[in-house]
Amino acid sequence: MFYGSKIVGWGSALPDTVVTNADFEARLETNDAWITERTGIKERRFGGTTSSLAIEASQKALANAGLEPKDIDLLILSTTTPEQTIPATSATVQAELGLNCGAFDVNAACAGFVYAMVLANSMIATGVKRILVVGSDTLSRITDQEDRSTAVLFADGAGAVIMERTELQDNAFLGWDLGVDGSLVPILYCDHGGYMKMEGREVYKKAVLAMVASSKQALERAGIAASDVSLVVPHQANLRIIEAATNRLGIPIEKTAIVLDKTGNTSSGSIPLALVAAAEMGRLQNGDHVLFCGFGAGMTWAAAVIRWVV
Amino acid sequence: MDDAKAFEQFKECAVKVLGVSPDKVVMEANFAEDLDADSLDIVELVMELEDSFSIKVEESELEGVDTVGGAFNLVKGKIA
Repeated sequence: MFYGSKIVGWGSALPDTVVTNADFEARLETNDAWITERTGIKERRFGGTTSSLAIEASQKALANAGLEPKDIDLLILSTTTPEQTIPATSATVQAELGLNCGAFDVNAACAGFVYAMVLANSMIATGVKRILVVGSDTLSRITDQEDRSTAVLFADGAGAVIMERTELQDNAFLGWDLGVDGSLVPILYCDHGGYMKMEGREVYKKAVLAMVASSKQALERAGIAASDVSLVVPHQANLRIIEAATNRLGIPIEKTAIVLDKTGNTSSGSIPLALVAAAEMGRLQNGDHVLFCGFGAGMTWAAAVIRWVV
Repeated sequence: MDDAKAFEQFKECAVKVLGVSPDKVVMEANFAEDLDADSLDIVELVMELEDSFSIKVEESELEGVDTVGGAFNLVKGKIA
C-alpha cells in the first residue's frame, strides 16, 4: 500500500414520485401501522432510471467537491439493476457526465456500495488519484407490486462519493471487511426477468448477525472501539434490523443515520443516501469515525470504517 | 437441565427481548395476543434463545409455534 484515501465530495438523487404507505393500503391488503411497525418505512420514491439517478447524484458530488469531470480518473458504479446485460450501466453514466476515464459496474447486492468503496480504496492505494463511487438502483422495476410482503420495501434512489488519494499518513479509510455466504442464495434472489423473492424472517436473522460480525471485524482492523464510532451508516433495509444490530454492537440508535422512513430500501443507493443526508444535516465533524455496514442477497455483507475529513 | 430451570432461562430471554413482565411469560401465553410480539420479535427471541441455550433453530421449525409453551417445547427438545 503506497497511498491512503479520503472522501472529498458527496451527492444523492431520488425520483420525484412519492409513494406513501397509504398508497399501498388502497390496493393491497396492508396498512400504514403494519408497514411502519415492521419496517420503519413511511414513504419511498419510484421513478427514474439507474443511470439517470446515478448521473444526478454524481453531478452533485462533483459540485460538492468543487471538481470537474476531467478530474475523475475512474468510475465505479454499484448496481443490481443495470439497464442492459451489456454494456455496464457505468458506460452510460461515464458518457453523460463527460468523464474521460475507465468505468465498470459492481454487483454485490445491497452491500455493493461498501464493496465499491473498498475496491476504490484499494485502487487508490496503488496510485489512482480520484475515483467516483456511485450506488444506484431502481428496485421498483424488479419488485412485484402485487406482493404485499415485498412491494412496500423496495424503491429507487442513488448516491455518490468521490474518493481521493492521500499520503499514507493522512489515510482516512481505516478498516474493512467483506463477506458472502453463498449457501443462503435461496432466501433472497431475483431471476432474470423476474421479481425479487425473499424469506423475510430468515433474511432478518442473517442480516442482523452479518451486520454485527462484519462491523466488529472492520472496527477491529481499524483499531477503533465501537464506543468511538460517531455515526453508523447502515444499509437502509429495515429499521428493526438496524436497531437489533446497533443494540448488539453497543452503539446507541441516536448515532445512526436513518433515511429509510423516506426512501425505503434502495439497495446500492441506500448507504450513500444516508451518508449524504447526515452530512447535509451537519451530523459529521472533522475527525469523526464513521462505520458503514451493508448486507443483502447472497447473503453478501460488507463493513468499512473511515475518518471523516473536512 | 431440569424443566423448571430451563423455563426460568427461557423466561429471562423472553423478558429481555419482548420487554414484558416475567409474570406474563406463561406456557399458555400467545405471542401475538398476550405478549404483543410480531413475527420479527419472535425471530429476535429465537436468536436470543439460540445464544442462551447454545442451540440452533431452523425457520421451518417455527411453523405453527404461536405460544410460549410451543416455543419452550421446541427449545426443550433440543437441549434434552
